[in-house]
Amino acid sequence: MLTNEEVRSKVLDIIADIALDDDVTGIKDEVSLREQLDLDSMDFLDIVMELKKRHKIEVPQEDYTRLASMQSCVEYLAPKFNS
Amino acid sequence: MNKMVDTIIIGAGMSGLAAGIRLSMYNKKILILEKHSISGGLNSYYSRGKRKFDVGLHALTNFVGPNQRGKPFNKLMKQLRIPYEEFKIHPQSHSLIQFPDQTLKFTNEIDFFIEEIRTHFPDEIDGFISLLNHIKNFNEVDLSNEVIMAKIVVRNFIKSEALVEMIFCPLLIYGSAWENDMDFSQFVIMFKSIFLEGFGRPEGGVRTIIDLLLKRLDTCGGEILFKTEVSRIISKDGVVVGVEINGSEIIECNSILSSMGLPETMSVLDAQLDYSPRTGNLSFTESIIITDKKPKDLGIDATIIFYNNRPTYLYQRPQTLFDHQSAVVCFPNNFLHDDFDEGVLRVTNIANFELWNQELLLSKVGYNEKKLDVYNHGLSILKNCGMSSNFEVKFKDIFTPTTVKKYTNHFNGAVYGSIDKSRNGTTPIAGLYICGTDQGFLGIVGSMLSGISMANLHVLQSAL
Repeated sequence: MLTNEEVRSKVLDIIADIALDDDVTGIKDEVSLREQLDLDSMDFLDIVMELKKRHKIEVPQEDYTRLASMQSCVEYLAPKFNS
Repeated sequence: MNKMVDTIIIGAGMSGLAAGIRLSMYNKKILILEKHSISGGLNSYYSRGKRKFDVGLHALTNFVGPNQRGKPFNKLMKQLRIPYEEFKIHPQSHSLIQFPDQTLKFTNEIDFFIEEIRTHFPDEIDGFISLLNHIKNFNEVDLSNEVIMAKIVVRNFIKSEALVEMIFCPLLIYGSAWENDMDFSQFVIMFKSIFLEGFGRPEGGVRTIIDLLLKRLDTCGGEILFKTEVSRIISKDGVVVGVEINGSEIIECNSILSSMGLPETMSVLDAQLDYSPRTGNLSFTESIIITDKKPKDLGIDATIIFYNNRPTYLYQRPQTLFDHQSAVVCFPNNFLHDDFDEGVLRVTNIANFELWNQELLLSKVGYNEKKLDVYNHGLSILKNCGMSSNFEVKFKDIFTPTTVKKYTNHFNGAVYGSIDKSRNGTTPIAGLYICGTDQGFLGIVGSMLSGISMANLHVLQSAL
């Protein structure tokens, strides 16, 4: 059973690898990722692809908006990590 | 049992390699098939007389400084997970658009170009600034953009035909498959990549880029077969099922990304379709000249000169072997970092494939004499560009449209491909997609973006 903090850290690992040039240590959980980092729709596709590759988690296209901020990522992904 | 992979990529050029990296990164089993013995496609390299030469690459467009974000170059580096610094790109000094009555200078800073236009075309400055805003706000990569010719749009902002011609000149010759004009989306891509972002050159030339891509592909587990020609694309009931290579072996696959070109791809497809994309008309000759002195010592500090000796710029297939009145001259020594011990001069002319092909068929001796004409004419253009003739030529090599055809297999040696593009990469056959030149993004950066976006759109996203 992963805690929310552990889920957050796994998501952060992915984002850090995708946003090569960004500093991800100071990400604010409640603010949208796009506002804080240099991420576009191609990068969000990569977050989805990495979740599938690393953690076998599938995110259907209609749920992409759930990945908008770190907080919503954790809320949405925690049950998937733990199922 | 035939060999089976998820996706076959035809061509190990910039787009094919980029697509291969993206797909193998996400555990797709891919195979890149390359006809030639080395990679690079239209942007490749060769050695002759103990010297290394780039083909295609004059300059890399889309130059970005280390702290700029969200630009095409950064986007594609992120997608490929290759750090920007590894390309070791050094900016140009400046470039010139040299017409009979005016010369405009531009650098990698658009403000410099704005001031040039204010000085030389004071009546047009407001129009030019409005055009800039229109370009900045235009989403050129939206695959659903309508095709509209760029000169019609630009003339709404700029009244001076002379200025219109001068702005179009570098953009046409660095990437238009159409004669004398181009689609507005393509114009915006070219304008941003050249005037708003600018020119650079990787240390070590095109090899640096190719080596980085090959290394990354290898890390991701992607495979390439060289000297492997796709002799047939096999389909069944309108769906792709595999390819035949070198006239014998069959490889099965779920999808194909072909960077061969649209007409070239269709020519090996086994299905009879009522669909025949047209072959492009534009090809080039190039003289590569190695000199004992460097251009700076001969009075040239520009990196690239877009030379045109007519009031209008004729970007079209010439009625002669090559166009005598216009050329692009590149001085690779004149980037911020100089890779070379000697002077390197490259003079590129628009050329007529059919006429060169006839010469070649007629006699190899005559063909070589005509190549010498290209070279001699190149020397006179260098003189017209203000270069001193006080140098010794240590080596020269000349290529023609038939050379381009031989090494790239593009019909007519059409460097910028067909005039019919498949913007979204689809073809009438399900599972068969186009990437590279005929998907419509050009230049080295455009090609890599094409490979990445077609891999994303048609293979990765559709598998989610």
